Amino acid sequence: MERPLTQHIRPGETLTITDYQKHGGYEGLKAALKMSPKEVQDTVKRAHLRGRGGAGFPTGLKWSFVPIGDDAPRPRYLIANGDEMEPGTFKDRLLVEGNPHQLIEGMIISAYAIQAEIGYVFLRWAYKKGEKIIQKALAEAYEAGLLGKNILGSGFDFDLYLHTSAGRYICGEETALLNSLEGKRANPRAKPPFPQTSGLFGKPTIVNNIETLCNVPHILRNGADWYKKISLSEDGGTKIFGVSGKVKKPGLWELPLGVTLKEVLEEYAGGMQDGLKFRGLLPGGASTDFLTEEHLDIKLDYAGVEKAGSRLGTGTMIVLDDKTCVVGMVLNLEHFFAQESCGWCTPCREGLPWSEKILARIENGQGKMQDLEILEGLTKTLGPGNTFCALAPGAMEPLQSALKYFREDFERHIKEQRCPRRS
Amino acid sequence: MVKITIDGNVYEVDPKDNLLQTILSLGLDLPYFCWHPALGSVGSCRQCAVKKYSGEDDQKGRIVMACMEPVVDGMRISVNDPEVKDFRANIIELLMTNHPHDCPVCDEGGECHLQDVTLMSGHNYRQFDFNKRTHNNQYLGPFINHEMNRCIQCYRCVRFYREYAGGRDFNVFSSRNRVFFGRYEDGVLENEFSGNLAEVCPTGVFTDKTYKQHFTRKWDLTTAPSICHNCSLGCNIIAGERYGTIRRIASRYNGKVNGYFICDRGRFGYEYVNSDQRIREPLRRGQASGRLEPVDRETVFNYFKKIFDKKPRLLGIGSPKASLESNHALQMLVGKENFFAGVSAVEHQLTLKAIQILKEGPAEVPSLRETEKADTVLILGEDVTNTAPMLALSLRQASRQKPMELPIKMNVPTWHEMAVLELMQDERSPFFVLTPTETKLDDIATAVYRNAPDNIARLAHAVAHYIDSAAPEVENLSEEETELVKQIAENLLSSKQPLIVSGTSCLNESLLEAAANITRALKKRQKSPWIFLTVPEANSVGLALLDEKDLNQAIEKALSDSYDALIILENDLYRRIEEDKANKLFDAFEHVIVLHYLHNSTTDKANLVVPVGPFSESDGTLVNNEGRAQRFYQVFYPGDSVKESWRWLGQIITGHGLNGRSELSKLDDFIEALVRDFPELKAVKDLAPNADFRIAGQKIPRQSHRYSGRTSMNANVNVSEPKPPEDEDSPMSFTMEGYQGMPPSPFISRFWYPGWNSVQAVNKFQIEVGGALRGGDPGLRVFEPQTDSDAPYYTRIPEAFKPQKDQWFAIPVFHIFGSDELSIYTPGVAELAPKPYLLLNQKDAESFSGEKVNVLLDGKQIELTVKTSSSFPSGMVGIPFGLPEMKIFKFPNWVKISG
Repeated sequence: MERPLTQHIRPGETLTITDYQKHGGYEGLKAALKMSPKEVQDTVKRAHLRGRGGAGFPTGLKWSFVPIGDDAPRPRYLIANGDEMEPGTFKDRLLVEGNPHQLIEGMIISAYAIQAEIGYVFLRWAYKKGEKIIQKALAEAYEAGLLGKNILGSGFDFDLYLHTSAGRYICGEETALLNSLEGKRANPRAKPPFPQTSGLFGKPTIVNNIETLCNVPHILRNGADWYKKISLSEDGGTKIFGVSGKVKKPGLWELPLGVTLKEVLEEYAGGMQDGLKFRGLLPGGASTDFLTEEHLDIKLDYAGVEKAGSRLGTGTMIVLDDKTCVVGMVLNLEHFFAQESCGWCTPCREGLPWSEKILARIENGQGKMQDLEILEGLTKTLGPGNTFCALAPGAMEPLQSALKYFREDFERHIKEQRCPRRS
Repeated sequence: MVKITIDGNVYEVDPKDNLLQTILSLGLDLPYFCWHPALGSVGSCRQCAVKKYSGEDDQKGRIVMACMEPVVDGMRISVNDPEVKDFRANIIELLMTNHPHDCPVCDEGGECHLQDVTLMSGHNYRQFDFNKRTHNNQYLGPFINHEMNRCIQCYRCVRFYREYAGGRDFNVFSSRNRVFFGRYEDGVLENEFSGNLAEVCPTGVFTDKTYKQHFTRKWDLTTAPSICHNCSLGCNIIAGERYGTIRRIASRYNGKVNGYFICDRGRFGYEYVNSDQRIREPLRRGQASGRLEPVDRETVFNYFKKIFDKKPRLLGIGSPKASLESNHALQMLVGKENFFAGVSAVEHQLTLKAIQILKEGPAEVPSLRETEKADTVLILGEDVTNTAPMLALSLRQASRQKPMELPIKMNVPTWHEMAVLELMQDERSPFFVLTPTETKLDDIATAVYRNAPDNIARLAHAVAHYIDSAAPEVENLSEEETELVKQIAENLLSSKQPLIVSGTSCLNESLLEAAANITRALKKRQKSPWIFLTVPEANSVGLALLDEKDLNQAIEKALSDSYDALIILENDLYRRIEEDKANKLFDAFEHVIVLHYLHNSTTDKANLVVPVGPFSESDGTLVNNEGRAQRFYQVFYPGDSVKESWRWLGQIITGHGLNGRSELSKLDDFIEALVRDFPELKAVKDLAPNADFRIAGQKIPRQSHRYSGRTSMNANVNVSEPKPPEDEDSPMSFTMEGYQGMPPSPFISRFWYPGWNSVQAVNKFQIEVGGALRGGDPGLRVFEPQTDSDAPYYTRIPEAFKPQKDQWFAIPVFHIFGSDELSIYTPGVAELAPKPYLLLNQKDAESFSGEKVNVLLDGKQIELTVKTSSSFPSGMVGIPFGLPEMKIFKFPNWVKISG
């Protein structure tokens, strides 16, 4: 089984530029620089690489919306979204801390594909170790002539900077990220216009997730067909899956897209801890719908998870066991989302705190039956398309699916006026 | 035009606006908060949701925000779909979770957009039963009250204040459901347009603090359409009264003039009307006491009768703050040759010059609101924020005109505010500010040039010469200046709509001539430039059209000829000319008769004071700086003593058989007489239907259909309800009786429409939202530029300014709060007015040791605190104009300083 992204990463260690090059690092870049930008884009398109940040948008297609040409606006920007603040998600951290040059190479190739002159790595505030590692790697890459003017004699110029976020979940939303990077309030922007045409400082910009970008060198080095073949699915490549919760072996594994949920849970995460039963999981971070026992056979790719009523999201799962209170878990999540709302649009700003207050009341044994109706109403009002960005709809996904799959837990809380899992 | 289907009905619409604006323009109701026609769309409140269907077969549709939706041909939407109606109700419910529901104690109650939208959206049962979030309120200065708990976070305030008005000391802080709108700490709002927050805010977070001090509900106000008297722009206002005092001024939308907004001097500078300095009855100087003593009306007429018995020669002095009708009435009384404009020679000459330039063309003269469409702006000499404040707001919009080309090119709709701002970034239209002092528009300027007025004029003449070499040449410019000339000229030449702004406040005729030369040169190069000139007062242009003779000539005449009486109309001469000159004039007369509404230094000299109504108690016509005649109407009946100046004068004229012509009793008679004497003012007659106009036989009421307490409000004085006063001057009644529908635009005295109790009702009064009022925006030009004229270049180039060794060139410095005679009566305005000071260049100031210096001005010594500026031209001093603590000096002038 191929594990191009992580095969050289060892726990606690960071690949230096020499290590990376020894394993074929920057070969993808060399291949790319021999091609035209359009050809690079087409290769990535043919590889069926889809965005790993959560939305799963085809990467090559996204790139193709950037206007290139003599009369196109300049500069153009490429941004690596490393704000990774989705609860339960820590895959980009592994990639940044383990192999920063893979990211840098991916960014240079991607920048070349869209003819971007300037790049930023937008990194989560809390990733202090990653920050140092990237700084060092950037210095190494500059020194090796891989960044800056006339990269490897190709005539292509690309400057890459690290920006550490001030620490808000909303900064992971690509347009809020752009505002934040511009020094403005991290409110999302209305689309259209999309960042591809009016992004950072109003210039054409691509924002890709760190994991997405880390795939790019391998596609260029080994070709689109290879990339498609290492997957078990229509979607190309491998994906870093993660499991947290009360399983035997929580962790991250790079696996082919299309692996089944059961395989990940049982073979890699080792199944539930002794004495605990599996009740459900959030498949792709906190802002995805619960899946339950009945979904264990689904294939983990974008279409497969969607068919089961949830989203692949970031591919890092949070497992719910039978001794953990689902109301408490959802309350914890809604507390997080309510805290992280930027305050721009009404449903999110006012709706999330309301849902949090109601969940707290239920959890504390003061809930009313009509609270469930209000919660259900909120999941609809805060649904997709109704809010300014995807934060609130994402926040509603665990809530709406919890109400669907675990309704009796909520009702017991209300009937018994206490949390049944607390003694 | 495209066809769209809304709930099954097909409409043909222009796709230029977003869907919300289009729906509102069609006269349909759709609730909204964050959108504002002047501020564009940002999609934050989610209130204007509609259902959008993707094709003929789409039965389900999806919810979209109308404000963010472009209008495209064939689009099918529903406003009334049950799901989307529910959604809108849910949004209101969410907004209300933290709103305090304190309508009974909220100043906005009864004219609150939040109340209207709540009703419109159908949310009425509250499910939220938790504590509401609370905030601390801030002290924001004397004009605006802050009550943050009411906030529904529509972000309009911050977008208006920062993006539209260019303010910097107000922002949105914090995040999630704790977002806070205010200043970083308590303090006076710095922006000159802060009062608009009260109208922009959809609820009661920001309210008018002066109104709060004598609050009354909207429905209890008697209101009339009026014109702001506080500068020359003629912004349209609505004045509201109860119990004989003016309670507030609100903006009256005029699509040509002020649009949606007014400045803070206009909004808050009304309190002189309620001042204890008001003259409310006739006063005669007692022979024994030497003091002014109250007398009855008959005494006034008898006083005149005595004078007229001698077949007297009367000298009349008019006023640039008084109406055309009042000035003309005085002119009729004293005879044209004995009538003088009540302004100094320099001011009057400049106003006449400005009129001449405007008339001669060939530059077009835009309206105030049209100046927003200029894409290159050159300001010569004028600190517009302080002399014609709303012009600064319009020019700030003009600075977005050129960079708007990028969004347009990228097919981003111009109403998509968020995307537009993103694309524009820091780009601005070419914008040049050439003034002696720093201005509040410097922040958007491409280049600023600080120099003496003569040097600004020279540079401007050089711009004209660069554009067309036939224009006179300017010699001895520095290299930097030559470079700036080139930059300005090239930008003007490459612009689609260049605008040259100048005015009279520098008291420099060359500036006006240079402005004219630039437009003439541009015209020669096949451009169609705009020119916009500001003048000192609300009716400076009107007065200048009535008479070319100024106050200095009046003094000469008074001293050389023998006159029996001096009649002064609504004017304090001590604010027009130096004290000793004014004294000289008064000394020459045995009878000094003053028509005024306030006690001042001039009434102190009067033998007879006639109580007249200020704008609130008079009708009349003003001509603004661009030559637009506009009518203001009396708001309330002040009792039998206070009358319009023209009415007093008319009664004196007819009482003594002086006019020998038709009757002079009501406003229409005076307009008739004015137009007969001044045919060029014939537009004045067409400004509004005359007093006989009726709708379905009814008058148009000044009071709303909900006016309360009418039978009881004076019951403590007299239980029998007095007969309401009649208005013979206009088709408006002083009561609530009459036609409560939409009146012709000149008579709009409140924006109110079924279901729309707040000022947002203005949408219903416009042909299309943001455009002209139904029936056309009121106001007519009395002159238009001759655009095909071949007016020659002005050829006089001033000498370059040379600093002198022992004296300093003094120019007046204007302040929005402080320089105007009447608005200073508002305590808040007085609070914000500067203390007297002397402005000096920083280096120049080093030659004086102390903080204070002695200034020798017009032979008088005054002590002033020194204020320095690094950019103020060396060799000059700036003296704040018109502060109550300071006298009027002759400007420009050379002064000596010691200390």
